[in-house]
Amino acid sequence: MKPAPFTYHAPASVDEAVALLARWGPQDGRVLAGGQSLVATMAFRVARPAHLIDINGIGELAHITIKDGVLSIGACVRHAAFERNSVPGPTGALLRKVVRNIAHYPIRTRGTFCGSVAHADPASEWCCVMAGLDGVVVLRSSRGVRRLRAEEFFQGVMATALEEDELVVAAELPLLADGTRTGFQEFSRRKGDFAIAMALVCYRLENGMMIEPRVAIGGAEAQARRIPQAEQALRGRAPGADVFAQVGAAAAAAIDPLEDINNTAAYRRSLVRALVERALESAQ
Amino acid sequence: MTERRAITLSVNGKDYPVAVEPRRTLVDVIRDDCGLTGTHIGCEHGVCGSCTVLLDDEPVRACLMFAVQAEGRRIRTVEGLQQGDELHPLQQAFMRHHALQCGFCTPGFLMLAVGALEKRPDLDDEELVEMLSANLCRCTGYENIVKAVRAAATEMKARA
Amino acid sequence: MTIEAERWIGASVERLEDPPLVTGRGRYAGDMAFPHQLHMRVVRSPYAHGIIKQIDRAEARALAGVVAVWTAADIADLPPIEFREGPIAKLAPFRQRVLAGNRVRYVGEPVAAVFATDAYLAEDAAELVRIEVEEIDPILDAAATPGEFAPGLTTEPTISRQGYGDVAVGFNAAAAIVELDLTIGRHSGVPLETRGAIGRYDAARDVLELHGAAKVPHRNRETLAQMLGRSTAALHLYEGHVGGGCGIRGEIYPEDVLVLVAAMRLGRPVKWLEDRREHLMAANHSRQQRHRVRAAVDTQGRLLAIDDEFFHDQGAYIRTHAARVVDMSSGILPGPYRLPHYRANGHFRLTNKTPAATYRAPGRYETNFVRERLIDAIARKLRISRVEVRRRNLIGPHEMPYERPLVALGDEVVMDSGNYELLLDKALARAGWDALEREVARRRAAGEYVGLGLAVYLEKSGLGPTDGARVVVHTSGDVEVITGGASVGQGFETVMAQVCAETLGVDYRRVRVVHGRTDRIEYGIGAHAARATVMTANATAAAAANVRAKALDMAAQLLQADAASLTIAKGHVVRCDGAGASVSLGDVAHHLRPTSSTRGARAPGLAADGWFTTAHMTYPYGVQIAVASIDAGTGGVRIEKMLIAFDIGRAINPMLVRGQILGGAAQGLGGALFEEFQYDERGQPVSVTLADYLLPTARDVPVIDVLLTEDAPSTCNPLGIKGVGEAGVAAVGAVIASAIDDALGGRGDITRLPITPQFLKAIIDGHRAT
Repeated sequence: MKPAPFTYHAPASVDEAVALLARWGPQDGRVLAGGQSLVATMAFRVARPAHLIDINGIGELAHITIKDGVLSIGACVRHAAFERNSVPGPTGALLRKVVRNIAHYPIRTRGTFCGSVAHADPASEWCCVMAGLDGVVVLRSSRGVRRLRAEEFFQGVMATALEEDELVVAAELPLLADGTRTGFQEFSRRKGDFAIAMALVCYRLENGMMIEPRVAIGGAEAQARRIPQAEQALRGRAPGADVFAQVGAAAAAAIDPLEDINNTAAYRRSLVRALVERALESAQ
Repeated sequence: MTERRAITLSVNGKDYPVAVEPRRTLVDVIRDDCGLTGTHIGCEHGVCGSCTVLLDDEPVRACLMFAVQAEGRRIRTVEGLQQGDELHPLQQAFMRHHALQCGFCTPGFLMLAVGALEKRPDLDDEELVEMLSANLCRCTGYENIVKAVRAAATEMKARA
Repeated sequence: MTIEAERWIGASVERLEDPPLVTGRGRYAGDMAFPHQLHMRVVRSPYAHGIIKQIDRAEARALAGVVAVWTAADIADLPPIEFREGPIAKLAPFRQRVLAGNRVRYVGEPVAAVFATDAYLAEDAAELVRIEVEEIDPILDAAATPGEFAPGLTTEPTISRQGYGDVAVGFNAAAAIVELDLTIGRHSGVPLETRGAIGRYDAARDVLELHGAAKVPHRNRETLAQMLGRSTAALHLYEGHVGGGCGIRGEIYPEDVLVLVAAMRLGRPVKWLEDRREHLMAANHSRQQRHRVRAAVDTQGRLLAIDDEFFHDQGAYIRTHAARVVDMSSGILPGPYRLPHYRANGHFRLTNKTPAATYRAPGRYETNFVRERLIDAIARKLRISRVEVRRRNLIGPHEMPYERPLVALGDEVVMDSGNYELLLDKALARAGWDALEREVARRRAAGEYVGLGLAVYLEKSGLGPTDGARVVVHTSGDVEVITGGASVGQGFETVMAQVCAETLGVDYRRVRVVHGRTDRIEYGIGAHAARATVMTANATAAAAANVRAKALDMAAQLLQADAASLTIAKGHVVRCDGAGASVSLGDVAHHLRPTSSTRGARAPGLAADGWFTTAHMTYPYGVQIAVASIDAGTGGVRIEKMLIAFDIGRAINPMLVRGQILGGAAQGLGGALFEEFQYDERGQPVSVTLADYLLPTARDVPVIDVLLTEDAPSTCNPLGIKGVGEAGVAAVGAVIASAIDDALGGRGDITRLPITPQFLKAIIDGHRAT
């Protein structure tokens, strides 16, 4: 399982990378960041880029910054960065809960948040986070900068609005308000495997009632998204097992589940139901 | 066939100048060009962990990187674990606790454990199993690997 | 003071194999390289079934660095791959050719071979080979009516019929009958090292070499020599380190033959390494059977008859094992229970999937599942406890040796020794069965899905008939044991060294064990079917005893003492009473060298052969207990507790025995919960990566309690050993099915392995709806 031949480029700056993409993107050029997904698909020769543009040497892409209530995650930030207390507040707490579910330790050392977002596997945890928190993907090309909301960016299974000459330079997440409770649950055959379904929930308590609800489902449909019917079932209610069960049921009913040889739509629905309930029960 | 690049890999503190196509994976170059065959290939798609090496002290899957990406980085493989004739505590523990049978997954587990324990010597039992679940073994059923790593962790802390 | 020789047998000593393996100095097939070697890449059929119309290799051949591209036409003189035990006329038409001729029968079948100067290039070239196939609908269900294999031949080459008594009598007398339709999913060994082989022709000596051999080098040498028309003196196999056998490695595959033929014809060493994707679709599959089975019992739950109609999914061809797995299945299904009447019809069926063969405990993983499901069903039907039903049916120690008129591995089934009920009692006590039952009941009442499982099983090992070994003492005092054995990682060298060391009177660390080398010893049985410890260890003991006698005889002269008053301890011949001088074995060897003036009429050399012959296989046995819970929300399973109790006869190295059991148990768990080779309706394999074919990780395997007993040493060999290689895996499917079925209320829901969360969730949701 050796990759097909390619020409290798290692730009030292974003400008250089963008210029390379302008030239080679339309000629089967791909960006190499963590490589934990891309190199595997290249080993199977399912992906056969003629040009690889390795952005790992671009220092300016390796940062997490917070400005004006927005968390900006550079394209080279590794999954492992979120295992530590690198992000404060409820957003950081949520990211720490999520990252534990991503693959395994050596994968998290190399794989990147933005790479996962650009790859848009339905089972990607970060895609679920982007959808759930209304994240923004920042794209650069020789034609300029585009900022796309998650729901515009994700277009289906492994499909995004990324143009062939564009580079994801950052993903942005609006910081959750202090006091926001967050929960995340996923289910896979073995821990670290691709999730069959996952649920991400957030809410704040005001006078004992849940407000600003977010319920996002990933792994179960072609792309991760917020489920308005589920959020509606949460809004203005007091937390409790009955309410959580209703929210779970609403989410399960609202999704259009993926089916594969091992997982029926019915199974994904029942998983979503259970995972939403548990995410809510565990939210803190 | 694309043009070969002349790069120098630093493995276990020694420089290896090689000329490789960009598509050659790090594990293939370590094995075939540097002649260090202790790092093994079990799947070539990043699942089994047999190819685990340390890159700047972090465990990575050498089958998911290209050799050209590793220039200027410090690579450590199983061949570099012992100090002269003295085996690393993990190597000794693996032998003492029968943590290997066919030995194919062993270098990958050793490097994974070295990387993890050097950074976090105080992993508790659950974290230890979690960490070790990153790699596959088909012979031992894992129990002795967990025991060996736990014993070595204690030893490594004592020596530190 | 008397001198005590060191005891090595029964000691959990560290392995001799380990130092190179923990330091990265192993030599697996991939680690070997020969000057000027070529790399072979196999082009495999992308279709499950069809007629080959055309193979276009021009573009591949034209690639710089490609030396040759072969198809079947280039090796038309090669016969199909023969069965390991020799020709079987009835099954011969279903053998696999090295490269597909006019028909492809499974995705992954070798159709062409590319030889190039490096592996990356070889893969580039292989992609350029275009195969045009006129597709035929694949046969994917072994239980469906057989189709056509070739004109005049159906896809049912044979039916393995075994039985005794008259099942009709049993069923007519039945107080109750249970009937089950049970399936074991297709899965296999999947060792961490994929297959690999290097063919090399040493023109200087006219010897053709195969490096990277495994498991049965001597037998394979014979078969390969015949296939290639060479003398066995001119063909040698070399086993280096092997990354796990699991039963699937070491069978003659097309690729092994190709590298040998190519090495000769192309005049360069030829190296082939399989990648993981290839492995999952080209190395032997196993296990897939469907049993339509009935059992008749009396009012007490005692078995009167079992009637089993089963379908063995052999895949596309019959490989080196011929019909042994299906024969083993029908031969061993009754296990440790008394059974007056039995009939098994094992339909050996071909389908358009990867060919199947042995995987650790072949025929037993499957039939233990079937038999123990039957027993649980009987218990349920008669409302007798699952423990009690087993007690009533277990053969008793006073009935040993127990002959069952059945055949397994060509051997009559004669259980040599065993006290099954004693082991059952020990296991129940060790697990705290009664307390577990109460605990499970309490948790169930609180709404949990949790259950207890039990399985009692018979194993087999020590297949003979004969093995030999040679022990040589060097003048340095080091000892060499030359065996025809093989190591797949199980600690073969250490075990032989321990036996030799104790018999001879030396430290085991001074013993080197040679194996896997047809050029060092003419005969060998390799290592499989849990026979190495039984056969080769006994042969080693015999050879060591012969060397010991020679040493004592020579030393008696040197020490001016009676041989009877001497013993050997720590490599020195000494007087039993500890008095007087001693002489080292190395010195004794020196005195026995050909030019020695003290040798007298004695044969030169401190060395001897030893042989061991056995009439029958030996039958170890075990009990497994498990506690399993199901997450009602997801269907996820947690194995909370597991116990494996096994009577090993005698353990040479308890630490290694335990390791074998734990490793096997993890594999068994994989087959029960995670692993399956799945195909779509076009016969395309779906499980072609390790992200699809799921192997258990450290998180998935519970802590397993292992109880080893030595209550029933084998009467078949002087050391009393019964093998343990397959002990852990054999009943795991059975016991986990039993536990999960119990967790669901014991209604018989579990009729299939692997058990998936989705399946369980549907049942739980169904329960809740009613």
